[in-house]
Amino acid sequence: MSTVADAHTPEHTSEHTHEHHGPAKGWTRWLFTTNHKDIGTMYLIFSFGMFLLGGTMAMVIRAELFQPGLQIVQPEFFNQMTTMHGLIMVFGAVMPAFVGLANWMIPLMIGAPDMALPRMNNWSFWLLPCAFLILVSTLFMDGGGPNFGWTFYAPLSTTYGPPSTTFFIFALHIAGASSIMGAINVIATILNMRAPGMTLMKMPMFVWTWLITAFLLLAVMPVLAGVLTMMLMDINFGTSFFDASGGGDPVLFQHIFWFFGHPEVYIMILPAFGAVSHIIPAFSRKPLFGYASMVYAVGAIALLSFLVWAHHMFTVGIPVAGQLFFMYATLLIAVPTGVKVFNWVATMFRGSLTFEAPMLFAIAFVILFSVGGFSGLMLAIAPADFQYHDTYFVVAHFHYVLVPGAIFGIFASAYFWLPKWTGYMYDETLAKTHFWLSFVGMNLAFFPMHFLGLAGMPRRIPDYALQFADFNMVSSIGAFLFGATQLLFLFIVVKCARGSGEPAAAKPWDGAEGLEWTVPSPAPYHTFSTPPEVH
Amino acid sequence: MSEHQEYYVPEQSKWPIIATFGLGTTLFGAATIMVDGGQGASTSSGWMIFAVGLSLMTYMIFGWFGNVVRESRAGLYSPQMDRSFRWGMSWFIFSEIMFFAAFFGALFYARVFAVPWLGGEGDRGSSNMLWEGFQATWPLINTPDPSLYPAPKGIIGPWGLPLMNTILLVSSSFTITVAHHALKADNRKKLKLWLGATIILALVFVGLQAEEYMHAYQELNLTLQSGIYGSTFFMLTGFHGAHVILGTIMLTVMLIRIIKGHFSADNHFGFEAAAWYWHFVDVVWMMLFVFVYVI
Repeated sequence: MSTVADAHTPEHTSEHTHEHHGPAKGWTRWLFTTNHKDIGTMYLIFSFGMFLLGGTMAMVIRAELFQPGLQIVQPEFFNQMTTMHGLIMVFGAVMPAFVGLANWMIPLMIGAPDMALPRMNNWSFWLLPCAFLILVSTLFMDGGGPNFGWTFYAPLSTTYGPPSTTFFIFALHIAGASSIMGAINVIATILNMRAPGMTLMKMPMFVWTWLITAFLLLAVMPVLAGVLTMMLMDINFGTSFFDASGGGDPVLFQHIFWFFGHPEVYIMILPAFGAVSHIIPAFSRKPLFGYASMVYAVGAIALLSFLVWAHHMFTVGIPVAGQLFFMYATLLIAVPTGVKVFNWVATMFRGSLTFEAPMLFAIAFVILFSVGGFSGLMLAIAPADFQYHDTYFVVAHFHYVLVPGAIFGIFASAYFWLPKWTGYMYDETLAKTHFWLSFVGMNLAFFPMHFLGLAGMPRRIPDYALQFADFNMVSSIGAFLFGATQLLFLFIVVKCARGSGEPAAAKPWDGAEGLEWTVPSPAPYHTFSTPPEVH
Repeated sequence: MSEHQEYYVPEQSKWPIIATFGLGTTLFGAATIMVDGGQGASTSSGWMIFAVGLSLMTYMIFGWFGNVVRESRAGLYSPQMDRSFRWGMSWFIFSEIMFFAAFFGALFYARVFAVPWLGGEGDRGSSNMLWEGFQATWPLINTPDPSLYPAPKGIIGPWGLPLMNTILLVSSSFTITVAHHALKADNRKKLKLWLGATIILALVFVGLQAEEYMHAYQELNLTLQSGIYGSTFFMLTGFHGAHVILGTIMLTVMLIRIIKGHFSADNHFGFEAAAWYWHFVDVVWMMLFVFVYVI
């Protein structure tokens, strides 16, 4: 370290000697880096690793559900699989993937030399492997890992949770600290480091959606920390936040959890909205339709997300006035969301469309996310929700917004920006194969879940009545197809990164716009040390 | 933009990865202590892990902040960098406010909904079947099941120590502002005097708060275990107290730096950040005083 500190003495840092150079040599580069591109890459690799781990757990779930009866795992382990699958996908795969995209793309899009606080940026990343090491280690502890579902409702997680719950709590605390610091970094970068001339209403949509996502993170991750702390105290120090015999209330847990949890689901989708708002115009060769309304719609969705949390709790026994309020507020979110879907479709209208892999994923995103949105509207209707609550219909709903929503958004972004990251084009045929297999697999896996749920099959259950057998088998086959297909994605990315494709131009997509396409491909280690002018 | 000063992007740094090991080890140790202790097993290995983590964290805090102070004094931070720090600190404080909001939310929910419902209010009096004859009051001095959560004999009234503490913290917000004006006027002597006064007020506050806790635990039987009143009381005042201690450490570091001759009349964000944090702690206390003690 002393050598690094010495480099900071003033005589070494005048503008001329502070030459930009490439990455440091050796593996410690990745431990000590302050470079937004290095950190973005680490985030993306980590999130894909977590995606495979969480996906493996989903495969265990679907293998057990392939037939009725208990074949492969015990119910206790099944519960740990559903819980860990959810936690890993939410906190380990989707959120870090978007932070990785933010790290790579926001400085390039706004013409900044790096993120505003580069060392904290590194810390934000490395806390994640630390958090998930602790989280996954709980599976090997006495009594097993978390088995109460990713929503960890009290008293399942407090009075009845396994001893490892305390480790789970601290693991999520660390992941939360990482998110808060990441969000602070994104806000400071966007508000303070835009190139001269880039006013707020000239910002690329991905930057806008991330700015709003960062505010959501700052508002709700501390609330998650609060509810985790209350759990910790109830478990280890005898408080009674969630115990009615001391005057507390288990329902209080649900209120605080979902005050975090509902904005959280928008945290997982808004950056995908932003990315798709770049990809659809690029392959339609038209500017985005209704830019300003897109910005306002995202803002409206974010504000409304704080007023709808109890729609997750219609059956818990909240007052009727509360049910009505949360039902109407939830239905209201369809309006700004509809604005966005309309604008994406209007962007394509009379465009000169081509269907490369990013565009395929983006179009599937618009259509299938809408399917998930519509089932969300059904669930938002309080009296109807009494039937749907905690059935596979809910599982179908949130997998439709998260898989073809968040995950397809990430795939679309990865293919769209891979040429910029690696300097090479990916294999288009393989990428289209990846898309079609994912598309078929994912619909096969999740669409039958609607029927299962409407027929009354409960979620988080390792065994089921015989009449659910056929749809479950179809669903499992779809899930295996979708899961196996993701190895193809790994192959495509590795192949591209190793440089076996055609060298990419600075702007490989002729309809693409934005500052990130003005730098060479691959983007140099340091970009925009002198800010560009934006007109 | 010829006058553009290049934004300072630091070289590689070892501190974040040390901080990661430090935080991870500390919390893993804390969890080990709690889980082993809860099962009646020996906690010594947990304490060992915890101590290792804490030493790493201490080393990291001195190293990382020392690094930042050296860079700042070497003039590497442009006005733009200064704005990044300002945004960073403001939104960090916002996230702290949201953390406290969760606990205030729990307090309001318990008071307005959970406890009256337990007492049979509304059409949801089913809990009467569990704890017949439970009387809903606030402060909750009789829990539904006293065998699990023994009720306190009394609570802390607002007009003794808490009022004194309010006066202390409000005065400290005043003294830190005077110190800030002195710094801006480059009056070092006055600055040290008023910053020192702020730290003394902070320490007296912490002392009185400790006194109050002893009184609650030893004489009133008001503890973490005495039901939702004790839970919210100690978690809110406890986290506030922890933040006061953190703020006091910040102010003490600022005093040491000022004695060493750091900061100038127009460049002293480190001091301002500590002062912002101090005002935040003060505002949280006002909320506590009103909603925990008075009302």
